Amino acid sequence: MCLSVPSKVVEIHDDATVTVDTLGVKRRVSCHLISDPLAIGDFVLIHIGFVMNKIDHNDAQESLDLYRQIVTAMQLESEQ
Amino acid sequence: MPTKKTIQLSHGGGGKEMDQLIHDVFFKAFDNPILTAQEDAAKLNMCGHIAFTTDSFTVSPLFFAGGDIGKLAIAGTVNDLAMMAAQPEYLSCSFIIEEGFPLADLTTIVNSMATELRKSGARIVCGDTKVVPKGCADGLFINTSGVGRILIPDISARNLQVSDAIIVSRDIGRHGAAILMARDGLSLESELYSDCDTLWPIIEQLLAANIKMHAMRDATRGGLSAVLNEWAKASQVGINVEEASIPICDEVKGLCELFGFEPFDLANEGTFVMALPMDIAQAAIEVMQRYGHCEHAAIIGQVTASHPGKVVLQTPWGSSRYLDLPQGELLPRIC
Amino acid sequence: MMTLNDFYQGFRDPQTIGHLATLIAQQAAKTNQQINIMEVCGGHTHTIMKYGLLQLLPTNIRFIHGPGCPVCVMPKERIDHAATLASQADTILVTLGDMIRVPGSMGSLAQFRSRGCDIRPIYDPLDTLVIAQDNPHKTVIFFAIGFETSAPMTAALLAQAEALHIDNLLFHINHVLVPPAIDAVMSDSRAQVNAFIGPAHVSVISGSKIYQSTVDKYQTPVVVSGFEPVDVMESILRIVTQKVAGKAELDNQYSRSVSYEGNLAAQQLVDKYFMVRDSFRWRGLGPIAKSALTLRPEYHHRDAERIYAKILPTAEIDDHKACMCGDILRGLANPKECKVFGRGCSPQTPLGSCMVSSEGACNAYYRYGEVINAN
Repeated sequence: MCLSVPSKVVEIHDDATVTVDTLGVKRRVSCHLISDPLAIGDFVLIHIGFVMNKIDHNDAQESLDLYRQIVTAMQLESEQ
Repeated sequence: MPTKKTIQLSHGGGGKEMDQLIHDVFFKAFDNPILTAQEDAAKLNMCGHIAFTTDSFTVSPLFFAGGDIGKLAIAGTVNDLAMMAAQPEYLSCSFIIEEGFPLADLTTIVNSMATELRKSGARIVCGDTKVVPKGCADGLFINTSGVGRILIPDISARNLQVSDAIIVSRDIGRHGAAILMARDGLSLESELYSDCDTLWPIIEQLLAANIKMHAMRDATRGGLSAVLNEWAKASQVGINVEEASIPICDEVKGLCELFGFEPFDLANEGTFVMALPMDIAQAAIEVMQRYGHCEHAAIIGQVTASHPGKVVLQTPWGSSRYLDLPQGELLPRIC
Repeated sequence: MMTLNDFYQGFRDPQTIGHLATLIAQQAAKTNQQINIMEVCGGHTHTIMKYGLLQLLPTNIRFIHGPGCPVCVMPKERIDHAATLASQADTILVTLGDMIRVPGSMGSLAQFRSRGCDIRPIYDPLDTLVIAQDNPHKTVIFFAIGFETSAPMTAALLAQAEALHIDNLLFHINHVLVPPAIDAVMSDSRAQVNAFIGPAHVSVISGSKIYQSTVDKYQTPVVVSGFEPVDVMESILRIVTQKVAGKAELDNQYSRSVSYEGNLAAQQLVDKYFMVRDSFRWRGLGPIAKSALTLRPEYHHRDAERIYAKILPTAEIDDHKACMCGDILRGLANPKECKVFGRGCSPQTPLGSCMVSSEGACNAYYRYGEVINAN
């Protein structure tokens, strides 16, 4: 349920909306559901026209780093 | 008096206004001796096997990034002929216009038809105009039919051979995505434009290079999925497609993410799929890549003897699944 | 610096998925027990089927598809409510696209639209405001569906309608809640589920805390998981690791977007306008206590369910006898065990709602389902 997609904030408007970019598709979405202000460059999750939250990009980066480590470790293992 | 000229019911009445519209707009753009002879039927000089096709065009909005209904109406019919390796020669063209339609828009659309015709050299040789009362049509509908001489026979959806390569001419899903982008309700913006284009010049070059293809089809409504499924059924073969090798641009991916669509299901209007022996596939790609819009032409799969009638998509994740026909109306989904 | 593409490519990376599959197999080999994971959410069902993840898992890991598709769990009488409302004179029924094809007992909304009813599928609930403002002499009814994820958006729409005094906008609320549905599945003595993948976008709003009771009550691991294939594979690995260690804990794989507490602003907004219903009948699961939302009394003037109470059908309507949606939603049957699957029932002519929504288990099996072995 609840198709939500990561998007990037590219423009801030003063009517509680921001423009977000999803792989080159731009749409103005509502910020009514979040209390903290957004900044250009923030990654957010979008669900039916609303920002649901700000994605913690450090956390995401850590996950991706971890996956890279797994890949490297397992490649070394298979080479041995 | 309205300052902007619009189409009136009288423009379809068969009288003076209609005559003026035909001369000032249609003849001016489509001028050729067969058309302007104004006989009850066009007299054509043809011999050998002829391909004949018809298509009606309704699109909302009428103008979209990369084209308009006029460009679409010419490219669509010309492409249907080209896909049978038939040189597009003569087209008919019927307009159903809603009362009150801006004359300037009609002129723009007709001129864009004329521009598109020049790409293939096909000519409009007969036509018809009807005007319907306000509310009885959505602006403008166009029907075009066309005939062309078949240059090489046997190109058919039933003609796929096991081990044939499947080529797609460019990145998929653009037209469907561009139309969705252009709809007011979704309030989207992007740099995306439709792939809408006449394919005959490429096909002509492929034929000149002596490429003997087994099947060609432009992936219009129903997208890539529909073409491949129709072929698999018609030829009773399996088609194996590598998902990772199918070219898709970022904006189409973004739209699919946002609304839960599959790029394989989205319409194209200037993208074609071709089946041909694997040993000449690379040569075909080299010919195609000389055309700007085919620079991403790629071999995306192969015809197999297994799973006859089915299209199997090999995912980049080591799994596979059937690529089914698209279903129902394309609606944004939340889940 | 991360790019947007990292979110898409990174969490779909084939190599990572392959290696996670190996790690899962290594862990799973350490136990003899059958691990039956329920992915409650239809979004996860979609990911599992679309990416063919079942083909990458060892045989002692099985997926049971849960009731987390908001369209699939709507009983027919609720669809009939929508159709009845749409049939009223001078009325516009607005709803999210997913609802349009779901069959009620009198037909789907798409069929009612073709008969002349003004039914508008939208993507963004706030578009309803514009429709209501543009049609001041008509009654505009927002037929609201969705789990905890979508309820705040309906609340935001209601807040706007109140603030702007848009009085011709009414609501028919069908927002349902995940934890009571999990309880309904687990309270069935036939339930075979012994681990959960938790719906993460529900938790973006409600926090991971809402699954603590599931962990405590049933002693099963719950891993809140993102929706990308790497997320799901990592969550499976975390579940298997817990199983091997004999643990049953609440874990959050989707920490980049989910916190323990969730989105408090959104929760407050939902609280302001909605309260929990005493009971709501779910398709396949029957009535479940405190499993859905309704408008608070202060907003009864906007509640279409009350305003039109006299004309809305009340009889409960069960599914077609041959349809197994009920058992499928309870996790007791796999779509392929249903006799009408792919025969009488397909996405073009669905008998049950699990075949309609792209999140429904039957639709996912039909579309992606007859998964072929890579070898």
